[in-house]
Amino acid sequence: MSVPHVLLALLSEGPKYGLQLREEFEAGTGEVWPLNVGQVYKTLGRLERDGLAESDGTGREGPQKRFRVTPRGAQTLAGWLRTPPDLTSPPRDELVMKVLVAARVPGTDVHEVIESHRLYLLELMQQWTRLQDGEARDDLSLALVVDAELFRLDAVVRWLDAADVRLAQAAAAGPPRPAAAPVQVPQLRRLRARR
Amino acid sequence: MRRREQGPEEGSAVSVLELRGVSKTYGREPAQVHALAEVDLSVRAGEMVAVMGPSGSGKSTLLTIAGSLEDPTSGEVLVCGVALAGMPPAVRARLRRRVIGYVFQDFNLLPGLTAAENVALPLELDGVPVPRARAAGLAALEALGVVGRAGQFPDQLSGGEQQRVAIARAVVGGRRLLLADEPSGALDTVNAGEVMRLLHEACQRGVAAVVVTHDARLAAWADRIVLLRDGRLTGQTTRPPGPESLLLPGDIR
Repeated sequence: MSVPHVLLALLSEGPKYGLQLREEFEAGTGEVWPLNVGQVYKTLGRLERDGLAESDGTGREGPQKRFRVTPRGAQTLAGWLRTPPDLTSPPRDELVMKVLVAARVPGTDVHEVIESHRLYLLELMQQWTRLQDGEARDDLSLALVVDAELFRLDAVVRWLDAADVRLAQAAAAGPPRPAAAPVQVPQLRRLRARR
Repeated sequence: MRRREQGPEEGSAVSVLELRGVSKTYGREPAQVHALAEVDLSVRAGEMVAVMGPSGSGKSTLLTIAGSLEDPTSGEVLVCGVALAGMPPAVRARLRRRVIGYVFQDFNLLPGLTAAENVALPLELDGVPVPRARAAGLAALEALGVVGRAGQFPDQLSGGEQQRVAIARAVVGGRRLLLADEPSGALDTVNAGEVMRLLHEACQRGVAAVVVTHDARLAAWADRIVLLRDGRLTGQTTRPPGPESLLLPGDIR
């Protein structure tokens, strides 16, 4: 995760102490990503070393030290905000693997496998939605984090729905199961090769 | 720790809606279509149930049968403990007017009537004196947060406001069962979620709701999600743990 950049963002509001940064980091990300204070000081040390942040210069170490962002730090932050995250290669998704494998394991009903994952994901979405309806109503950061999580889970559910339909159509159309397998192996290889 | 209190679900013995072994087939052999097969579903007062399933899974059929607009081929439908089968048409029509409210995808507000008139209409059609119907209508608009728009016509309202009025119309006069088919229509994500929140809130005031949707983000507002596939219920969520379990450090990523 991008702890250094989030700290730079917080520092760009004005000089801050380490403990304060930690509190603001957690509040600013809906308290979904906890951050320990050691991590904060380690990151601040690195930012200072790289000339992206500077401290009071009182020489005192620890919680009394106040940090501020340098012009170079501000520039780095602005660049990071506009740099797209790496979404080019598909992640090796465990659930995708499970469904691909379930379609090949003899005696396994892939639709039943899909159904159990779908139910679990829906329950998870119900929990996030409760959070959206509760705490997140007065916490904009949390509401945004919850939205992101719900969209992510929703995408997985939709993929399961699509997989369900495709597998059913393939089973109805083609010869029985085993024939489907050889098609999928080269596909997997191709994905791996691209990484 | 807090004692487990008796929630409304344990207190109310009678389900607001109960389907027992409901099947529905259309056409004759060999071209027979089984729209629903042996569906059991019980919805209590205060409970919001979402029905999810792909196109053609029987979602809409389930809703029309629950709303007594169609009869099952076999099985039983009970609304507030009373079986619909054998009910004289007039009695059934009255039950539909007084007990069941509908929310449609495209809101279905009458363009020539104000928000207040739209909401009061079902009561007026049911013979409730106009002043009483209007008062109940305003109370329903108030509960949905749109009483300030009571005098506006539908085309003067935003999509979100129109759907609030439509929900008010569905619950007005203390109706017990809310049936909704893709109730957030073409609204954007945030407003669609708001519609679901309002439906959920209506349930917390004691209404039972069945919401049909293909959208998992909307279904997630329900207390229980049931999955329908080829006319059969293939699974349902169990009551998930509270949201606090999501915020334990280390639980995420």
